[in-house]
Amino acid sequence: MTELLATYDASSVNAALLTSSLLFGIGLVGFLSRRNMIVMFLCTELMFQGAALAMIAFGRVHGNPDGQTFVIFILTIAAAEAALALGLVVLLYRRRETLDSEAWSELKEC
Amino acid sequence: MLNFSLLADATDHAAATAIGVIQPAVDAPDLKWAGLIIGLPALSALLCTICGAMRVRSKLPAFITIVALIGSFVLTCMLFQQLGQGAPRVVGLFEWMSFSWGNADRFQSFSAPFALYVDSLTLFWMLFVTGLGSLIAIYASEYMESDVGKGYTRFFGGVSVFLAAMATLVMASNLVVLYLGWEGVGLASYLLIGYYYSKPSAVAAAKKAFIMNRIGDLGLALGISLIWVNYGTVDYATLFSVLEAGPTAGHGDWMPGAIPFLLMLGAFGKSAQIPLFTWLPDAMEGPTPVSALIHAATMVTAGVYLIARMYPLFALHEDALATVAWVGGLTAFVAATIGMAQYDMKRVWAYSTISQLGYMFLGLGVGTTFGAGYHVFTHAFFKALLFLTAGAVMHGFAGQIDIRKLSGLRKVPGFRLVSYLALLGCLWLSALPFSAAFFSKDTILTAALGSERSDFQFLGWLGLLTAGITAYYTFRVWFRTFAGPVHFEAGDDQHDAHDDTHDAHHAPVAGLSLGAKHDFHPHGPRWAIRIPLILIAIGAVAAGWPAYNVLFFHGENWVQTMIAHSSAVAGSGEVHGQDVLGLSAHLMTSIVGSAACVIGIGIAFWMHLADRSAADRVRGALRGFILTRWIPTTLENRWYVDEIYHMMFRLPLWAGSHILHFFDKTVVDGFLVDGTGRVPVAVARLFQPLYNGVLQGYAATMAGGFVLIAGWVFWIWLRGNG
Repeated sequence: MTELLATYDASSVNAALLTSSLLFGIGLVGFLSRRNMIVMFLCTELMFQGAALAMIAFGRVHGNPDGQTFVIFILTIAAAEAALALGLVVLLYRRRETLDSEAWSELKEC
Repeated sequence: MLNFSLLADATDHAAATAIGVIQPAVDAPDLKWAGLIIGLPALSALLCTICGAMRVRSKLPAFITIVALIGSFVLTCMLFQQLGQGAPRVVGLFEWMSFSWGNADRFQSFSAPFALYVDSLTLFWMLFVTGLGSLIAIYASEYMESDVGKGYTRFFGGVSVFLAAMATLVMASNLVVLYLGWEGVGLASYLLIGYYYSKPSAVAAAKKAFIMNRIGDLGLALGISLIWVNYGTVDYATLFSVLEAGPTAGHGDWMPGAIPFLLMLGAFGKSAQIPLFTWLPDAMEGPTPVSALIHAATMVTAGVYLIARMYPLFALHEDALATVAWVGGLTAFVAATIGMAQYDMKRVWAYSTISQLGYMFLGLGVGTTFGAGYHVFTHAFFKALLFLTAGAVMHGFAGQIDIRKLSGLRKVPGFRLVSYLALLGCLWLSALPFSAAFFSKDTILTAALGSERSDFQFLGWLGLLTAGITAYYTFRVWFRTFAGPVHFEAGDDQHDAHDDTHDAHHAPVAGLSLGAKHDFHPHGPRWAIRIPLILIAIGAVAAGWPAYNVLFFHGENWVQTMIAHSSAVAGSGEVHGQDVLGLSAHLMTSIVGSAACVIGIGIAFWMHLADRSAADRVRGALRGFILTRWIPTTLENRWYVDEIYHMMFRLPLWAGSHILHFFDKTVVDGFLVDGTGRVPVAVARLFQPLYNGVLQGYAATMAGGFVLIAGWVFWIWLRGNG
């Protein structure tokens, strides 16, 4: 495994990093432009996966399996977190009968 | 008597001479039963607590206490029978405090076992403490009966605690155990002064007594600590042998000299001497048996006991003894003058107690422990008698104690015996020639008057003047209250007037000019009050026996023998003294003292019985003359001592506490605490507009922030590589 990681193909890493930043960018733009809470949540997941992909790529660059290990953990945690977040969305929907995040803007500080 | 000139120039070899020969202590493990003298009252206190928990509504607590105290008295008598004036016995009861520290180079240990030191001084004190304690407990069983089921148990619990603590104090074999007893009697005193805790004045008096005693106790605690530091022991027997061996070099010169002054402060607090005397008159808020037992006969003599017990220490320091003499002499005089102008009978007796205690300290100071001890003994009886008769009056007249509202009580049915016993007490307090107190006071004044020191001679004359004042104020009370036409107003203690159990004793009295309450019938005391009164009166008369024995039978004075076989041996000799104005000091004191007594009683007779308006005329005359105008008001206001203390201590403390409170509120709370809290609030206010509630706004800010930080890092990286 160490040998497998010892060398890497620069172009494939570049491609992976490009995909990762694209995923993150799409997620960010989606998050900023949409009001639907489920879509916003999906966008955060996209950004999440972008970051995870970058981690794998950099792990490959440094010849270190920790990046991949972390991603395995991140996926499990993300699954749990997704359940939590969707539950939250359901609750919020029940309160206001809408998925629009603007409905909750009165939670602001002042 | 002490030879002060010997002390002044030779300190090295004079130590043993000044202290006298104290018999070495003997271990006596076979006397362990003597611990029951402390144990019985302690057990009684425990049983009273159980009675309280079980809500006993009978006189059982009184019964328990009386049995325990009589048991203590009998055991004390047995101990006296067995030891007499023999060598002091040390009876170890149990280990109490024992520490050791340091290493092999400098090993140190401190031990204060709970042990008894039984010598003739201990026995002398314990005999009248337990004897009077038993009688007064019997008296109290009737006196307090209106409180059965309410505070009765608490009262007798307090009395038991007091007796246990007093026995601990007197029988202790070291100063730490003495201190335990010392604080114990202070606690009992506090609890019993505050017995009527729903009365604000009683609560204030209890606090005052406790706090003033704390000031004195601080001195005692420091004194004991210094004794340990300086002499390496707190044990009496060891301490005395160290002192007899001569002065010890060591921890600087100031320390041995400071010890007696610190101990003295403790004694002055407990025995109500200047400057710590103002608590005792207020302590009269407690029930009268408590005033009689604790605040007249026994506890307040603990200061005298302390100095007598530690006399070997005091005898080595002329200045300390002179201070004791001056404080005692001045207290005797000042308290007597205040006593002339009080209207509350119990308060007059309280001031007379302070005054008589002053005589005792004068005696100790001028070097006659015998005189002081004898005066403690005689005073215990006649002052208990005076308080208990005052209590009988209070009990019968629903708490009335104002001498302006009571008159001619000796003609009120049921009060004849009380009146004549009060007369006996008054005569003894006035030191009627050939009464017991005459001899004891005489010894003290002879020692003062016949001293080589002129300031002691002055104190002697002041003491004789005080004797005259004493006779006057004593008989002012008696002539006003017990003699003259019958007239009285009942007090406002309603529980007595409506108590059904007394109805049998309420014989309507024909021809009485009753006061405001026409349905009020005074009830005379029954046997539980009468019998202790009679026994204490017999004791007061019999207290003169040691002196009669010397005078008529050329025998020895029992009290003197007792003192001479104890650690106070130094001042136990016969008092002779120098000639005063061509007469021997003894004869001079006897003649002038008798004259002062007769003149004092005579003036009181004129102003308060023969022509009662004369008192007002005398007061008017004093007020009319510019130089004496201050006298009546000053005396009625107790020399303004309370007010002076108020100005000197309470007011600055009050002002200081308010200033500190202001500082605390503004600077600490306002600036430091609240100010620290306001900083994050202000910072938050600054950034608050950013939180506008639009979720995308937050995300954009986050992303923008990230871009800024990443750009900044990138720029630094570029600069580093460029």
